[in-house]
Amino acid sequence: MLGIEFRQIGIIAAKEFRDRIRNRWVLAVALVFTLFALAIAYFGAAQQGTVGLRGVEVTLASLVSLVIYLVPLIALILGYDAIVGERERGSLDLLLSMPITRFELLLGKFLGLSAALAFSTLVGFGSVGLLLAYKIDLPSLLPYGRFMLSAILMGMSFLSMAVLVSVISTERIRASGVAISLWFFFVLIFDLSLLAILVIGGGKIGADLLPFLLFLNPADIFRILNVFGSEDIRALYGLSTIVPDILTNPKLLGVAMTGWIVVPLGLAVWRFK
Amino acid sequence: MTKCVVEVSGVTKHFGEIRAVDGVDLAFEKGELFGLIGHNGAGKSTLFKMMLGLLPVTDGQIRIYGQPIHGEKFRQARRRIGYLPENVVFYDNLTGLETLHFFAALKNADKKTCAAILETVGLTQAANRRVRGYSKGMRQRLGFAQALLGKPDILFLDEPTNGLDPEGIREFYQVLGNLQEQGVTMILTSHILAEIQERVDRLAIMKAGKIQAVGSLQRLREEIDLPLHFQVGLLHGAEAVLRAKLGAMATLEMRAQDTEALITCTRDKKMAVLNALSSLEGAVCDIIISEPSLEDVFLGYGAKK
Repeated sequence: MLGIEFRQIGIIAAKEFRDRIRNRWVLAVALVFTLFALAIAYFGAAQQGTVGLRGVEVTLASLVSLVIYLVPLIALILGYDAIVGERERGSLDLLLSMPITRFELLLGKFLGLSAALAFSTLVGFGSVGLLLAYKIDLPSLLPYGRFMLSAILMGMSFLSMAVLVSVISTERIRASGVAISLWFFFVLIFDLSLLAILVIGGGKIGADLLPFLLFLNPADIFRILNVFGSEDIRALYGLSTIVPDILTNPKLLGVAMTGWIVVPLGLAVWRFK
Repeated sequence: MTKCVVEVSGVTKHFGEIRAVDGVDLAFEKGELFGLIGHNGAGKSTLFKMMLGLLPVTDGQIRIYGQPIHGEKFRQARRRIGYLPENVVFYDNLTGLETLHFFAALKNADKKTCAAILETVGLTQAANRRVRGYSKGMRQRLGFAQALLGKPDILFLDEPTNGLDPEGIREFYQVLGNLQEQGVTMILTSHILAEIQERVDRLAIMKAGKIQAVGSLQRLREEIDLPLHFQVGLLHGAEAVLRAKLGAMATLEMRAQDTEALITCTRDKKMAVLNALSSLEGAVCDIIISEPSLEDVFLGYGAKK
């Protein structure tokens, strides 16, 4: 086992982050997040005939649905190119000829990309959060902070999957195809499949097990963390009575989300070695 | 006694059924400029990658300064190595200087030397321009600059003059000459054989994963025993005298016309032909002996089974 030089990880991470800042990726994503968050915060209750900034819980209820679509897609697009892109362009050999291990290279890339994603998320949603704090009240921003943190963790879990795809793919085009398929699966197909099982079985097949199957999808873990984590939002969704207590345990949800970050990344490291 | 810097012993690399490199033994000495030549797919790049530790060997051993390239001491070994890949690709968003800073940081080399290295490769004017705007030749120069970071003891240069203009090629070999004086060992591959034939100290010809021949160009010429060519300047009317003198010599081919004759002979007849021409003092006014070029030698080995 070779020793780890954290300095090498930092150099790669810093370069990845600087690349995303310089090619305005961070700016573009932050802007998208800000605009969507602003639109939802302001026009979120238009159906009820009112517009304007309202309570954080109401804003979050809408934001969560949006972020579940947006953040995984952005994370997958950000990460699918990480290794296969270097390989295809021919720069991977040069990087690996440096005094750096494959583990350090991969982890550096993952952390750099994660930092870019986290920065965009914090700037994009954080700016709207500051506006809400100014217009409404400071303590109610706690769920908003939790929302941003969990959005970052969800992004990192999809980024971790994207890096795994990037390691095992031989061509960028294939990697992009697999990344988009993952998005379809986790964001669209997975929940529909669970719903189909419930409907077809008339609620009798595995009804007790189904809530726990949500742990198999980081997007669902994010949803549970934000929707079920707050009494007010839970009431808004009308789910207060049917949610098992264990699903509302933030620690367990945090561990599950961390697992979704660590396991794909671990597989990527193993495969890359 | 010269010190062996890189030692390749019985190295084999299989990709499934394909033997990309097959039992290669090579030793590179300190301060040597070594050329590795062969057709596409001969195994040069695979051998390069194994020497750099980018590919594991299937069998055999590679040692750099007596240490394996893999394992605990790989970082020390790699800090002593500079590598210029065949198709060098950098990050378009970085400037030339930033690119060198990035690789200098990875190699733990002094960043202050980057500007001087850019000057060595003639990129000072473009140091603060983004790589996106660099021509192919400039990228190649930047690749060479990157390889020079950290004052390496060993340089692996894969097709190093790709995209360089004639002036760039001359400057490149001047830098190699300076490095050689400092004791840097350089191993390069090139398809432009005319470019390296007078510059390398030794070379190896690879074919189908095996080393066909190793040695100085002169040694390879002697080993392959390709014919020599004499270009002889004649005085008017001396053609008949020349034919009479050399016509009887075995393994000789001669074409003479007016005041010029072209004579082809085997290496072992060289002195005999030279003596015969010297004896024709009144008929011969000039003699140019052409040794087989590296291309001739390479093709000669290629034709061998």
